[in-house]
Amino acid sequence: MQLYRAHVLVCGGTGCVTSGCMDVHAELEKQLEKNGLSEEINVIVTGCVGTCDIGPILMVYPEAIFYQKVQVEDVAEIVEEHILKGRPVNRLMYQDKTSEIAEFIEKYYDIDFFNRQTRIVLRNTGVIDSTKIDEYIARDGYQAIAKALTEMKPIEVVEEIKKSGLRGRGGGGFPAGIKLELGHKADGDQKYMICNADEGDPGAFMDRSLLEGDPHSIIEGMMLASYAIGANQGYVYVRAEYPLAVDRLVTAIKQAKEYGLLGDNIFGSGFNYSLDLRVGAGAFVCGEETALMHSIEGLRGEPTPKPPYPTDAGVFGYPSVINNVETIANMPQIILNGSDWFNRFGVENNKGTKVFAVAGNILNTGLVEVELGTTLRTVIFDICGGVPNGKKFKAVQIGGPSGGCIPAEYLDTPITYDSLTSLGAMMGSGGLIVMDEDTCMVDLARFFLDFTQEESCGKCTPCRIGTKRMLEILERITEGHGQPGDIEKLEELAESIGDSSFCGLGRAAPNPILSTLRFFRDEYEAHIDGHKCPAGICKGLLNVEIIEDKCRSCGICARICPVNAIAGQRGQPYVVDQDTCTRCGLCIESCPFDAISKH
Amino acid sequence: MKSIADLKKIREQARHNISLRESGERTQVRVYMGTCGIAAGARQTIAAIIDELAKQNIGDVEVLQKGCIGLCEHEPLVEVERKGEDSVMYGHIDEEKARRIVTRHVIDGVILDEWVVNCGCSIGID
Repeated sequence: MQLYRAHVLVCGGTGCVTSGCMDVHAELEKQLEKNGLSEEINVIVTGCVGTCDIGPILMVYPEAIFYQKVQVEDVAEIVEEHILKGRPVNRLMYQDKTSEIAEFIEKYYDIDFFNRQTRIVLRNTGVIDSTKIDEYIARDGYQAIAKALTEMKPIEVVEEIKKSGLRGRGGGGFPAGIKLELGHKADGDQKYMICNADEGDPGAFMDRSLLEGDPHSIIEGMMLASYAIGANQGYVYVRAEYPLAVDRLVTAIKQAKEYGLLGDNIFGSGFNYSLDLRVGAGAFVCGEETALMHSIEGLRGEPTPKPPYPTDAGVFGYPSVINNVETIANMPQIILNGSDWFNRFGVENNKGTKVFAVAGNILNTGLVEVELGTTLRTVIFDICGGVPNGKKFKAVQIGGPSGGCIPAEYLDTPITYDSLTSLGAMMGSGGLIVMDEDTCMVDLARFFLDFTQEESCGKCTPCRIGTKRMLEILERITEGHGQPGDIEKLEELAESIGDSSFCGLGRAAPNPILSTLRFFRDEYEAHIDGHKCPAGICKGLLNVEIIEDKCRSCGICARICPVNAIAGQRGQPYVVDQDTCTRCGLCIESCPFDAISKH
Repeated sequence: MKSIADLKKIREQARHNISLRESGERTQVRVYMGTCGIAAGARQTIAAIIDELAKQNIGDVEVLQKGCIGLCEHEPLVEVERKGEDSVMYGHIDEEKARRIVTRHVIDGVILDEWVVNCGCSIGID
């Protein structure tokens, strides 16, 4: 046995890879070698730790010291001071950004961002090397499937999941146990189990981090679900934009095959199982289950009507059960620890935890797993540190392009499937976008509509043309050409698109508009009637003006203006030609006397 | 892998390799490695401790490096603190003594009186 006196964990999630963790990793190996420490220090590349904005991250065990924003130049100091001499490097430690004094927090578990979370799904991400199956096994990996195959009948697995109260984490919140039961009861020798890893909401990256950081939990969950319904073939449908996730999943499947965990007669139980990847081509609509299944079949990724439901006629016409990544990742833990254990987390009808990807105007961007029923305030303020730069919190967008926004007065709402739906938002896959007072809600709705309109597959008219018309109206409003009656038109369109679209993508497309109208109707009215953008975002409604008293006619603004909209003479205040001005704001930044304002 | 027994075997082996990353208290062996400690041979001492632990298949022990604590004439210093017990400071620990400390104190719990510098009161940093 090789014994290491310390483990250095390098976060290898996509976020940290982007900020250069692989170079840091290479430098670390080099410095350890140089100091003759390679034999006693174990370097591990893990999955996403969750604090994506302060990467690259290094953690040193057994002391559990957490280093942030580690650059290649810092590595030598860490190795020589901490690893060699045992003196942790203060200046690279985590800093509590909410406190006024710069305070360094040494230990990983003393950091609020981590110790207020409940990690069931993310229990292994950021802890194990996701490319080594042994590390997953060390953390009780594949024990659940071993237990199921040797001690439980398929229907008992179904019952256990049902009793756990687990609901689909992909958005709708359909009870996972009932879905498995439908699959179990479906007639036929050939059935399929599908994992929906086509995560496409802007700002959402929970599934990606899970696939990268703990791919074996998906394999094990897929095996459990497949055993429960009687399927011998599974597919993980993952989008091509996640190359690292695909890579780690391919490695994991290969290792599971080598260990005989995938293949024939697993654990001598007679259960045969094969798991394959299907890589999507980048269409948002393929996250819709019928479209996804057509894509697996090699057809165009377009939705078809339900019924027939996938559990009756799914992939290639055979009964199929399709679940989201996070739902599947919960299953091994439920089978291993029992439904009673799982029931201890969360609240009535909303059991367990949910992973959220928190982004936007927030101090700590990253991945957070909390019990269902936790309030939005806890997630946004206590865990993620709230809104930076002294700005006021305005609203949080939840559920991506199919979801809605929740304003400040509902911050104390416990996060459950039902509470979010009643506020006109939805759980969705778990993207939380926090917005401060400088966000224009009309512009936000326009952003999401722009996304859905672009991603509409075009099969049905309400979605294809309806979203385009709604987008046009929103563009008109944000450009300052809103007309009386536009709000009513939006409402009418939203209603008919919601009623008559073919699939969930179209039916939910008006949600961002409906929800912003519900809570921020006055902003729409201000745009249309008052020709004002209260947040100061919509360029069409802004005027850039030079304050006469302050202008010293230096001419810098005139020289910097890219469209030559500013003119003037020495000794007289300069003037902005409003018709030519594009409201780019360059002049405001360049004026040495703060004599230019936008309002 | 044919059976659950095989899986358990892999798990037991692999657990050793990741146990350092689990939270929870475990026995600590602290080697004081300021300039004085290193000059007196603390690097060889720590290497011997790690090697001996590996040989004896003990994974659940933290081997920590610490800075100088001012007892330079006793270097290399090794401090052992078993879970729930008082810490014991040993002085002038070379490789051979280090191996004995692992076997006798870390594993069996017997304090090796003849090498003790200061017993019962931790003057370590923790």
